[in-house]
Amino acid sequence: MDGEPPSRPPPRVNTAAGVEHLSQADLRVETHQVVTAEGTVEASRVPDLTDAQFRDLYRWLVLQRTFDERATKLQRRGQLGTYASGRGQEASIVGSAFALADDDWIFPAGREAAALLMHGVSMRDLLLYWRGVEDASRMEGANVFGVAIAIGSQMPMVTGKAWGMQLAGDDAVAVGYFGDGATSTGAFHEGVNFAGVLGVPAVFYCQNNQYAISLPFSEQTAADTVAQKALAYGVDGVRVDGNDVLAVYNAMSTARARARDGRPVLVESVTYRRGAHTTSDDPTRYREEEEVESWAARDPVDRYRTFLADRDLLDDVDEAAVREEVDEMFDEAVAAADDYPHRDVDEMFVHLYEEPTPELARQMEWYRDFLDDHPEMDEYVHQRERG
Amino acid sequence: MPRETIVQAVNDALHTEMAADDRTLVFGEDVARSGGVFRATDGLLEAFGEERVRDTPLSEIAIVGAAVGLATHGYRPIVEIQFSGFLPPAFDQLVSNASRIRWRTRGRLTAPMVVRTPYGAGVRALEHHSESLEAAYAHVPGLKVAIPSTPADAKGLLTSAIRDPDPVLFMEPKRVYRSFREEVPDGEHTVPLGEAAVRREGADVTVVSWGAMMHPTLEAVDKLGVDAEVVDLRSISPLDRETLLASVRKTGRCVVVHEAAKSGGFGAEVAATVAEDALLYLEAPLRRVTGFDVPVPLLSMEDYYPPQPPRIAAAIEETVEF
Repeated sequence: MDGEPPSRPPPRVNTAAGVEHLSQADLRVETHQVVTAEGTVEASRVPDLTDAQFRDLYRWLVLQRTFDERATKLQRRGQLGTYASGRGQEASIVGSAFALADDDWIFPAGREAAALLMHGVSMRDLLLYWRGVEDASRMEGANVFGVAIAIGSQMPMVTGKAWGMQLAGDDAVAVGYFGDGATSTGAFHEGVNFAGVLGVPAVFYCQNNQYAISLPFSEQTAADTVAQKALAYGVDGVRVDGNDVLAVYNAMSTARARARDGRPVLVESVTYRRGAHTTSDDPTRYREEEEVESWAARDPVDRYRTFLADRDLLDDVDEAAVREEVDEMFDEAVAAADDYPHRDVDEMFVHLYEEPTPELARQMEWYRDFLDDHPEMDEYVHQRERG
Repeated sequence: MPRETIVQAVNDALHTEMAADDRTLVFGEDVARSGGVFRATDGLLEAFGEERVRDTPLSEIAIVGAAVGLATHGYRPIVEIQFSGFLPPAFDQLVSNASRIRWRTRGRLTAPMVVRTPYGAGVRALEHHSESLEAAYAHVPGLKVAIPSTPADAKGLLTSAIRDPDPVLFMEPKRVYRSFREEVPDGEHTVPLGEAAVRREGADVTVVSWGAMMHPTLEAVDKLGVDAEVVDLRSISPLDRETLLASVRKTGRCVVVHEAAKSGGFGAEVAATVAEDALLYLEAPLRRVTGFDVPVPLLSMEDYYPPQPPRIAAAIEETVEF
């Protein structure tokens, strides 16, 4: 070595050393199912619900589907802003929310209309939200956070809310709704990891609908499943057939119970977004019609209808009446949204701080006066039809 | 020369520069198969293949951070962040890595890269789609910030940004992405970073703006019939102090128009520059016409937020009549 620095050998592999690599192939991830796509029922897994509750589940599925159809039409007529439909994900949306309690907090991602309505948001307010009316973001009367338009950004808040529930001794959980795209964001990983470390009552509910705008799940991550990601953070993972409303209900029920015991859960609900990402998107640019059709054959509403028919419950559900009922609710909600009082420019300035800063108060006052003195502003502000 | 919209000019620059330099790579969410949410990257995948044009996971931090890594390895990444409202997670990568890699390694490693992002209100989008936080990025030492207002400049500035040896944030005014066309030079076309344009010459007042707000500004000036000089900064970092100051010294009056919130906005930097080096030429207080100190409202109130021609006109009148 005389004066020479120590050297190292060129890289080589000792295959005989027996170094073991852990790979995802070592992991078996089951997908929980109650009713198969063909309609076969695993009787022991059917949740303990009353006939009336089984029928209610169906009503909610129809409601989610009808709301999406009608909201999309309203958007096309210029009476709603950009809208994100949950078409194809009805079971995933309805089954999960049906397992929650009113005291739980929901952090929505945007497609889960029925979940928010079930949790207490009014249909009028949901429409106003999609019309871009600030007041509707209050989600009045419901334990619902604002919709996480910045994808994945809600996850650390879910953890914090759950932490607060734990500190306060509440008998409730915080549930983050998100898509497969969100699982690639830093906020998702930091939020879930933190929840695992703290052991808080949080449920991370991923609706893996196979696409983040144009990106298929296979390119979103090299992992086989979302559920397995839970293990890296020491939280429980569940994978469920998201087109099977009873399976989803089971998965969320158990996840909720575990979370209440301080064991956060990551649920992967495997489903499919049959519509566009939003009304601004053209999915024909990036996916084949055959694929969409193949998922239509696994339609969650049809599958549940088969289950009800097998149980002789479908006769009690007048399908036409349910649709009519939902349509009527929707009409009333649109009328109520149309009647929502006109807001003035103050709406832009209020609620930023409890007390407006002096500069903000000055800006608001100045703007009110300016608008009074300059009626020509209307030409510019109203040149495009507003929601 | 073809007549193009801003979004077509961006697409044109990307095609031209990718054809000219095979070290260029384009990646981001939905940029390949879908051609970008605004179609700015349309046709690139077909022209240059999957290795150079890639859809990525929904990972703003990784998109911008990976661009820094690639750039230090001899490539020229051009990445897209779908809406500037989704850039904040990647702010850390811009601040901690991209902007200072040259400085930190004393020039050994550099990050020639471009982050493209549509910015601003006016397309009736959802929350977090309408931000104009350019001042925050211009405040980062080591990061250049360019904001075109016309199709020809969009192509010219983007070309310069791609060729620039340092990281550039290229903010595209999506409100006027498709609202008009103009002739854009075919093939290679550059507009230097850090050089403002005088859009209209005048003697009575200097009106300074950039990006989407150039258009209501020009409309206001035309309607008023004042002899205003209109300066389009085009790059806010670096800032073309010479053009700005020469104009203010000539007219003795200055109005700045920007869409972003007033307090701490880039208008404050313009005002301070004028105060430092042309204060004694001023015959009236400098006025700022800006958005308000609130988040951009949702779509039902959105149009109340950015400066409209009547607000701009009123400020110009006040300044001229002072």
